[in-house]
Amino acid sequence: MTKSGIFIGAVCLLISISLTSNKSLTAAFSGSQADTLDQPKTFGFGRPATLKEIALLDTDVRPDGKGLPAGSGKVSEGKLVYAAKCSGCHGVTGTEGPNDQLVTIKNATDPKVKARNKTIGNYWPYATTVFDYIKRAMPFNQPGSLTDQEVYNLTAFLLHENGLIKADEIINAKTLPKVVMPARDFFVPDDRKDGPEIR
Amino acid sequence: MPDQKGDKPLITEKKISRRALLGGAATAAVVLAQTASGKSFQAALTKSELHLIEDPTKVPGVPPGTLGTRSPFETPAKAPSDISSRTPLQDLFGTITPSDLHFERNHNGVPAIDPAKYELVIHGMVDKPMVFTLADLKRFPSVSRIAFLECSGNYRGAADGKVTPQQICGLTSQSEWTGVKLSTLFREVGVSPKSTWFLAEGGDAAVMTRSVPIEKGWEDVIICYAQNGEAIRPEQGYPVRLFLPGWEGNINVKWLRRIELSDQPFQTRQETSKYTEAIGGGKIRQFSFTIDARSIITYPSYPQKVEKGWIEIRGIAWSGRGKVVRVEVSTDAGKSWKPAELQDPVMDKAHTAFRYLWNWNGQSTEILSRTVDETGYIQPFLKDLLAARGGNMGYHYNPVTAWYIQNDGQVLFKAT
Repeated sequence: MTKSGIFIGAVCLLISISLTSNKSLTAAFSGSQADTLDQPKTFGFGRPATLKEIALLDTDVRPDGKGLPAGSGKVSEGKLVYAAKCSGCHGVTGTEGPNDQLVTIKNATDPKVKARNKTIGNYWPYATTVFDYIKRAMPFNQPGSLTDQEVYNLTAFLLHENGLIKADEIINAKTLPKVVMPARDFFVPDDRKDGPEIR
Repeated sequence: MPDQKGDKPLITEKKISRRALLGGAATAAVVLAQTASGKSFQAALTKSELHLIEDPTKVPGVPPGTLGTRSPFETPAKAPSDISSRTPLQDLFGTITPSDLHFERNHNGVPAIDPAKYELVIHGMVDKPMVFTLADLKRFPSVSRIAFLECSGNYRGAADGKVTPQQICGLTSQSEWTGVKLSTLFREVGVSPKSTWFLAEGGDAAVMTRSVPIEKGWEDVIICYAQNGEAIRPEQGYPVRLFLPGWEGNINVKWLRRIELSDQPFQTRQETSKYTEAIGGGKIRQFSFTIDARSIITYPSYPQKVEKGWIEIRGIAWSGRGKVVRVEVSTDAGKSWKPAELQDPVMDKAHTAFRYLWNWNGQSTEILSRTVDETGYIQPFLKDLLAARGGNMGYHYNPVTAWYIQNDGQVLFKAT
């Protein structure tokens, strides 16, 4: 380090000590935090990801349908899968629990019933989320064990139980993103702001 | 002598030093014990064993060990449920949460991940999709920051007033987090300027996903591998988690395994079906990332009992929008407010200790704290929040908490 460099460093140190701060001395001398222009753009750590390993992991489904696999589902087939693999936690009709309620109870008045009555039919804004979530996380005690076929079938069944599609409708990569979800109109982005107003 | 009972430590003559033997290791507060594989460790004695010690100045103590212990007289504990575990805020001092008392929340249990096999994949709208091992991540320039983490579903009251700070808002803790800034990795892979969101995915049984706006990723997000000086705990995301200062707990994806750069949100289950809140008029608020400013008096609180005379009212205050600039305390049920002392350094998006010295005259009253952050946001009362949210309880409830102090010194919670 040159003499002028040392001098500048010392000045920076004195200035930084005079400010209340939890910055370290090394930060004062180098004039940098971890993320500054002094860093190279890349370090060459890590290795390129192969298309194959990306494909194995990249199975999420977007609202526009990107990510939906080949195949299709039927309400009647989904009913069988549901009975075998889902009803134990979600109830025979998707309303009884003990775990999350999946199907809307119509005309609920009891406050306790209404509190649980947030379902695919009245609260989920996107049908694609049903496929994405079941595929990655369900059943709870054996996540990721369902085939894409089973997930399509279950998705069709649950959408139908919630009155969103007809019993003979086929659910696939083309039709699923188009299912109209009543809750979508109600979703608004966060409008809380800095400052004193409570929203 | 080997002890046959359950999980009490086995004491073997081989590993105990002469010094300890002379003093009688069994009469110290800590014993040298052995695992089944022969490794020595310090283990705390039970209280009943400790009563055997008449005078610790008369017997040698136990030599230093490899891992520290708590005194058997100190038993802070989290309060677990099937899906979460709450920090005992009322039992802590200062603002760093001991790592084993950091709150937990997960969506299908805590996974056991082998760090040697761990990989983080970053792909999507990037020049070079990359895979980083844990060793790779640790090579990059690193940062540390002390900041809070809070679940957005962190308010509970009770009609009978019998709730502790742990039960009211124990889903918040503070650690020093260390890792590599996400912006460093963004530059490494060459994130496209057209990317506006990224998906973060965890490697737990929930394979949990959240969408994050790209600006936050460039700003202050940290890919963390260390917590309070050592590797992140499994309960907080070992070996790597996402940390978004000031943003709701759920989006701080633990056991992070993948980041996908995109140009739209993915509308995952956690950001649609969950972590959204009804705000009246039929509307449902989504992408409510920021944790609003909040404070709570942790002493005196239920179920403590205080005496007439000098009491230092203590608590913590924090804001996801920046620093808290003021905490006010009322000791007359909200009629008047006075500023409390804030513990230096007051840090951005971090629990800040506040203290208020009060001489209690023994008459029943209510004490409250209320914080203001650097943006001018003032912590609301419960009724203000209900009014703003159309009467709906839900996520992001950060109300002022009141404690009612009875004439006999017993303390009870009171909603505001």
